Amino acid sequence: MNALDPGAAANGRSGECADEGVDAASEGAPPEGVPVLSVEDVAVRLGDVPVLDGVSATVDRGRFVGLIGPNGAGKTTLLRTINGALAPSRGRVRVCGEVIADLGSRATSRLVATVPQDTTLTFDFDVRRTVAMGRTPHRGRFDRWREADERAVARAMERTGVTDLADRPITAVSGGERQRIVIARALAQETPLLLLDEPTASLDIAHQVRTLELVRDLTATGKTAVAAIHDLNLAAHYCDELLLLADGEVLAAGEPGAVLTEDRLREAFDANAVVARHPVTGSTYVTALPEREAGEGTVHVIGGGGTGSRPLYVLSAAGYAVTAGALNEGDTDTETARQLGVDAVTVGPYAPVDDAAAAAVRERVDAADVVVVADVEVGEGNLPNLAAARGADRLVLVEDRPFADRNFAGDAGRRLYTDVRERARVAGPGDVLAAVTAALDEPAGDGAAALDEPAGDGADADRSA
Amino acid sequence: MGAAARAGLYSVGLLGVLAVTVVGSAAVGPVSIPPETVVRALLQSVASESLLAGLGGPVSRTDRVIVHTVRLPRIALAAVVGFALATAGVVMQGFFRNPMADPSIVGVSSGAAVGAVAAIVAPVALPLGLQVQGAAFAGAVVTAFAVYLLASEGGRTPVATLLLAGVAVQTFLGAVVSYLLLRSGESLRQVVYWLMGNLSNATWGDVRVAALAVPGFLLLLPFARDLDVLLLGEADAHSLGIEVEHTKRLLLAVASVVTAAAVAVSGVIGFVGLIVPHMLRLVVGPDHRVLLPTSALAGATFLVLSDTLARTGPAEVPVGIVTAAVGAPFFLYLLRTREVHAL
Repeated sequence: MNALDPGAAANGRSGECADEGVDAASEGAPPEGVPVLSVEDVAVRLGDVPVLDGVSATVDRGRFVGLIGPNGAGKTTLLRTINGALAPSRGRVRVCGEVIADLGSRATSRLVATVPQDTTLTFDFDVRRTVAMGRTPHRGRFDRWREADERAVARAMERTGVTDLADRPITAVSGGERQRIVIARALAQETPLLLLDEPTASLDIAHQVRTLELVRDLTATGKTAVAAIHDLNLAAHYCDELLLLADGEVLAAGEPGAVLTEDRLREAFDANAVVARHPVTGSTYVTALPEREAGEGTVHVIGGGGTGSRPLYVLSAAGYAVTAGALNEGDTDTETARQLGVDAVTVGPYAPVDDAAAAAVRERVDAADVVVVADVEVGEGNLPNLAAARGADRLVLVEDRPFADRNFAGDAGRRLYTDVRERARVAGPGDVLAAVTAALDEPAGDGAAALDEPAGDGADADRSA
Repeated sequence: MGAAARAGLYSVGLLGVLAVTVVGSAAVGPVSIPPETVVRALLQSVASESLLAGLGGPVSRTDRVIVHTVRLPRIALAAVVGFALATAGVVMQGFFRNPMADPSIVGVSSGAAVGAVAAIVAPVALPLGLQVQGAAFAGAVVTAFAVYLLASEGGRTPVATLLLAGVAVQTFLGAVVSYLLLRSGESLRQVVYWLMGNLSNATWGDVRVAALAVPGFLLLLPFARDLDVLLLGEADAHSLGIEVEHTKRLLLAVASVVTAAAVAVSGVIGFVGLIVPHMLRLVVGPDHRVLLPTSALAGATFLVLSDTLARTGPAEVPVGIVTAAVGAPFFLYLLRTREVHAL
């Protein structure tokens, strides 16, 4: 996505868009500088309501652009303007150099194919006939069904993997299959540009992934795709570029990592989100957190093996100054702490907590207003962490699994844990933030409050005691 | 098998059924005429002497008059009206994507009723000798146009608005007809008879008016594929290259004229345009290239059969009573046993 340069869009159609022959939309053609899509300062009003205001964007051939933004940001409106269903009140949309507003729907539908949000079809055309409707723009009213039509339909069904369904009634296929059938219909149109409105909205997670992989594969072979996608993480993972819309304007455009920042998400969605890199896929990963008053105070989190990640996320996002440790290098929690910018005490991979580290932990525990002990497995190596926790002003203990199941330090472990538990406010894994907030409301002391009012999962606590 | 081939095959079959029905219908009545005599009477005007001799010689004058002058106009009118109503029914159901849509949905029948009843109650001498029909036709077309205008805004005509405007206008015109009924005095019986829909006293002139449906049908046929695509919804149809508003206007105009032509000469005959398309959809599927011609032919057959029942029962009744009495239970049966609730 380039910043718009209105002068750059040349007139006429470049080689990449030149014709609708079977492969023209998909196979390699030399780029000639005309983008497949250019949106030039477009404003759209629905009735008296301005929905888009000065949207500009350029999409080059073979790119998969995700259109993201909150509900009502104008994503669908922008798609409908690109496919000519709505006329812009200002500015213009060009596809392959052609101004869409100047074209009839037939000419437009040879340039732009649209996969609608709602693919529910209530009449029982068979699948082949449904896909064949994608040939409508290429057929005159009295034209016969030609070889080229047949080829386009067969190819579209093959690419979307619906060939086996060809003779089934459209009403007898699953939601995921129907989605691919509608994509096949759009492919049969043989357009350079493919628009998808929330293609994953009503699909289960496996079909969401399958659908977006299909689109990505299509763009890899030369199709250009613009998709409104609700799920920021799917968008970040699959799209080459993102266009973030908010209040009818482009807030940001570019690589997913550059678009999805916590500040922008706050501005666009008014959401409290944490942006990190996904530990497995390496994609930019967004986690939305419940909106809280900015917390004041310092919280130290004792975790490990991933048990501390969620408390770290939640507490950082809630505005607390968070410290962590001691943690092993390479531990999931260590990664999380690093991404969140949390000050963490660390020791080497698989190494026990040595004296220096234990001292560092004690220091942070002393400095902290609240210490959170996550649902961590306790062994000889991390006993010093528990020991240090006993010195906390206020303690929150997260219990998910019974302690007996995660105690590998025998009696010493159990004794320390019991000490901690007696002084702690016990919370379920989901109530950490509430427990910390509640703990902070109480005077610092020996945590006696926890004894008369154990928070959260009392049943779990009893089981593990 | 391609859609064109299927359409052709079904149409030939249904034409055969229609021919048999016409002959059978012409054979029954107060005077029974054997079917082969009917066939000879029909051929007499077109076939050569030698062929007729081969078929068993000319038909008696009485039989010929009964077939040609008494029964055939009425049968032909039933066929053409049924053809028209079923054609318009298919188009309206596809257009509105609503299984309960029928040819009268935009107020065509109510408009025709107002025109016809007004012409009966307060006759105005028209030179054509088609006062009632002419007034009905005019009322129908004007109403459809008015509903269309009422539902349009800024060059767009949302289907839901059209539907609701149609319902409102029908209700209003129903009030007008009721008022006219109160004022009808001696012509009450004639008015009621017209409103029930009937084909008695059919003339070849009536047939010619209703036959306007045939060119209408031929005009609609090339739009069968557009109707298929419109079933996907207007947004999809647009993205598949259909000029939606333009196509809607044309379909609505032609279907309204086709309905008006039928209603003007036959009165309000219900249920043909509603159930015939549904029945055919169950048999031939939703593809309009097949559905449109087969429904039209089946509609013709259905109305000829219904009218035969109407005039040969213990007492002659308006055919509208027969179509409703036969059609409604059959439709309910379909509704309970098959998937008729969707298109």
